[in-house]
Amino acid sequence: MTGTFTLDGREIAFEPGQTVMQAALAAGVFVPHLCYHPEFRPHGSCKLCTMKINGRPATSCTMPAVAGMEVESDTAEINDKRRMLVQMLLVEGNHFCPSCEMSGNCKLQALGYTLGVMTPHFTHFFPDRPVDASHPEMLLDFNRCILCELCIRASAEVDKKNVFALSGRGMKKHLVVNAESGRLADTDFAATDKAAEVCPVGVILKKRRGFAVPIGKRTYDIKPINEQAERFKPVAPTVREKA
Amino acid sequence: MFPTNAVDIGDILDRHGRDGTRLMQILRETQEVLGWLAPETITAIAKGVGWPRAKVEGTAGFYSFFHTQPMGRYRILWSDNITDRMIGNRDLMQALCRKLWLEPGRLSEDGLVSVDTTSCTGMCDQGPALLANYRAITRMTPERVAQMAELIQKQVPVAEWPAEWFRVDDNIRRADILLNNAMRPGEALKAALAREAEADQESAANARSWREGVNAATQGPSAVLEEVKKSNLRGRGGAGFTTGIKWEACRHAPSDERYVVCNADEGEPGTFKDRVLLTRQADLVFEGMTVAAYAIGAKKGYLYLRGEYRYLLDPLNDVLARRRDLDLLGTGILGRPGFNFDIEVHLGAGAYVCGEESALIESLEGKRGVPRNRPPYPVTSGFLGKPTVVNNVETFAAAALIAAEGGDWYRGIGTAKSAGTKLLSVSGDVARPGIYEYPFGVTVAEVLADAGAAETQAVQVSGPSGVCVADNEFGRRIAFEDIPTAGAFMVFDRNRDMFEVARNFAQFFAHESCGFCTPCRVGTTLLRNLMDKIGNGHGTQYDINEIYQVSRVLQMAAHCGLGHTAPHPLLDTLEKFRPAYERRLKSLDFEPAFDLDGALAQARQMTGRDDLAAHLENAE
Repeated sequence: MTGTFTLDGREIAFEPGQTVMQAALAAGVFVPHLCYHPEFRPHGSCKLCTMKINGRPATSCTMPAVAGMEVESDTAEINDKRRMLVQMLLVEGNHFCPSCEMSGNCKLQALGYTLGVMTPHFTHFFPDRPVDASHPEMLLDFNRCILCELCIRASAEVDKKNVFALSGRGMKKHLVVNAESGRLADTDFAATDKAAEVCPVGVILKKRRGFAVPIGKRTYDIKPINEQAERFKPVAPTVREKA
Repeated sequence: MFPTNAVDIGDILDRHGRDGTRLMQILRETQEVLGWLAPETITAIAKGVGWPRAKVEGTAGFYSFFHTQPMGRYRILWSDNITDRMIGNRDLMQALCRKLWLEPGRLSEDGLVSVDTTSCTGMCDQGPALLANYRAITRMTPERVAQMAELIQKQVPVAEWPAEWFRVDDNIRRADILLNNAMRPGEALKAALAREAEADQESAANARSWREGVNAATQGPSAVLEEVKKSNLRGRGGAGFTTGIKWEACRHAPSDERYVVCNADEGEPGTFKDRVLLTRQADLVFEGMTVAAYAIGAKKGYLYLRGEYRYLLDPLNDVLARRRDLDLLGTGILGRPGFNFDIEVHLGAGAYVCGEESALIESLEGKRGVPRNRPPYPVTSGFLGKPTVVNNVETFAAAALIAAEGGDWYRGIGTAKSAGTKLLSVSGDVARPGIYEYPFGVTVAEVLADAGAAETQAVQVSGPSGVCVADNEFGRRIAFEDIPTAGAFMVFDRNRDMFEVARNFAQFFAHESCGFCTPCRVGTTLLRNLMDKIGNGHGTQYDINEIYQVSRVLQMAAHCGLGHTAPHPLLDTLEKFRPAYERRLKSLDFEPAFDLDGALAQARQMTGRDDLAAHLENAE
């Protein structure tokens, strides 16, 4: 189906098969998100992209666009919920921005800034999540994991390796690697894998490489994430298949 | 030890054709032999089914009844629904732990036994209940606790424990068309097949089924579908979707294969009517599934039985075997060429969220029970991506009656908008807990009177995800147009603390959230923590406001019904029983969540002290 819908009063055109969020990003309208990545099938778990479609809440990254929809996104009510979702993620893990190599390139941090997160608001859970430094080239710092499953999808769909998966349930849900020992070194993970570059936060890091770009000059230091909608424009399906 | 393991796993894998979609059954059977799922066991199973090891570990780690850590030769799980708590399950569990010298949730030093809690096991009318190595035990008493501790210490196998402990009563208190029916196996099916004579040549649907190889002469399927539509039967699992429309959508979905799935993952705390239906009317349920298969053109059906009802697995398989002998399942059912259908029982492993139909399908496929993104819906893309009808146990039983007696007959029972009868699982503060079958439209007050309730303060209808009804609403009716319900009916008298009821439900949802989406994974835990803070005497008005805020995020952004409904019990009780909260508030100002005295708990435990001087006195 092609056609248009209105997003916060603005007319948005969409192509066949596009979701509400893809159409918005293609039109240059930023939509907060963490588990979405233009090269992968929509997932719909972080819920940052929640909008109101014809008055009803919906996950815009998985909702197919339909002509004539009336969509609200950038409203005080919705952004209020998005802010709380970021705060929930911040207290669920252990996030220390000042000492994090991803600071300035981290989507969670960037969204925190644009959504006006001034404090974590909730009481920290302080989970115990040991790091995995077993791999010669890569480091896994699970403290920062937001369970977006991008590394899982990249490893399965692009690298064809299935290095990552989820185990546990609810608050005990956690990332695991494909090895009986539970150590990354015992998987076939490589620094050149697609899965090594998709983490929106700072879980999957290259060893012996830090501060190559100084703080202050990083992606979201230069311009807030909500002014960089073009970075997340959907890529043509053919490219997606090939990737 | 090792070679034995390898042989056992090989046999189990072979029995399931080394098929990954059968992973749940493979994991369960392996665990029943080996006691737990050790890392090398998971590796072997992953190799066997040809799945990535991490994916198998992911499934094993999702379900409460699979363990990737040793939990002892005796695993005792106390049902922890509010109805169990009201009759002292916590004291009994503590007593058992004391006798066995262990702490709840921890394996004993000698690796023999662990004792913990689990979500409602569906024995609310005969609690306090527990699972001993996943076998249901009812009516626990201090005497039984003492005896059980002794049996465990003497290492007597659970199979040799007193048979009386495993007795599960049906407690049918009021029967109507479903529970009173005395149909012989096959009667509804024969009636359904006979309808083809009456049916005329309308309907493109029949042309489709003909093209797809369903019996060419069959006008019957659309005739049966018409009766189900006419009956206005609506789903009994809670959501109330019209069954005939669901079946028709599935029948019309283009595909070479279709599936019928019976949702017997009766996980809603306080609900146990499916257990009784499967005990007393299993034939009717299977017959309803077969009618559905006939109507939509399915060849294979699954009954997804919750892990807590493991003890029903063998009896249900016996019923299925008998039905095959009677020519009511298999190929050419009742001598009808092309009418091929069989049913298999699939056992769950302790995950409430699998009651959600798309999570149930994921689980049927051997995966983590996470609800899917929709659309597409199961009727077009369900089990293995094929059109699938998922209905509740009670819905299928009712469908069998409709096939036999006709849609008009059924529609005449109940109210205008809610046809037929509804089974209620009544528990809590009543003289006669058990199963009550009523035509739709019965008032809450009538049910209370029949069950012998006195001084009733509130009724939780349809479980934690349902609605809390206060005494000024007892004139309301059980019906889709007033109070819809999946069947739970938990009664609380004036001595009960409604705050503790809500707190129990908040703990339940935090435990059962699948963790897929941020709002539910974190939000249910935040709600539980807020309720604990208030319950422990540290709450303020601020925390009540927080409950509202977090609830709004859940209601707006959660992925599935679990997250949307998790705040209900809190919001309901805040509205109707606010004094139960307010009398616990410490002050009307902010109070930090960090509990100084609580932080000393570890030090107290290490020094073995719990006297007054070991506590910080937070003097006013």
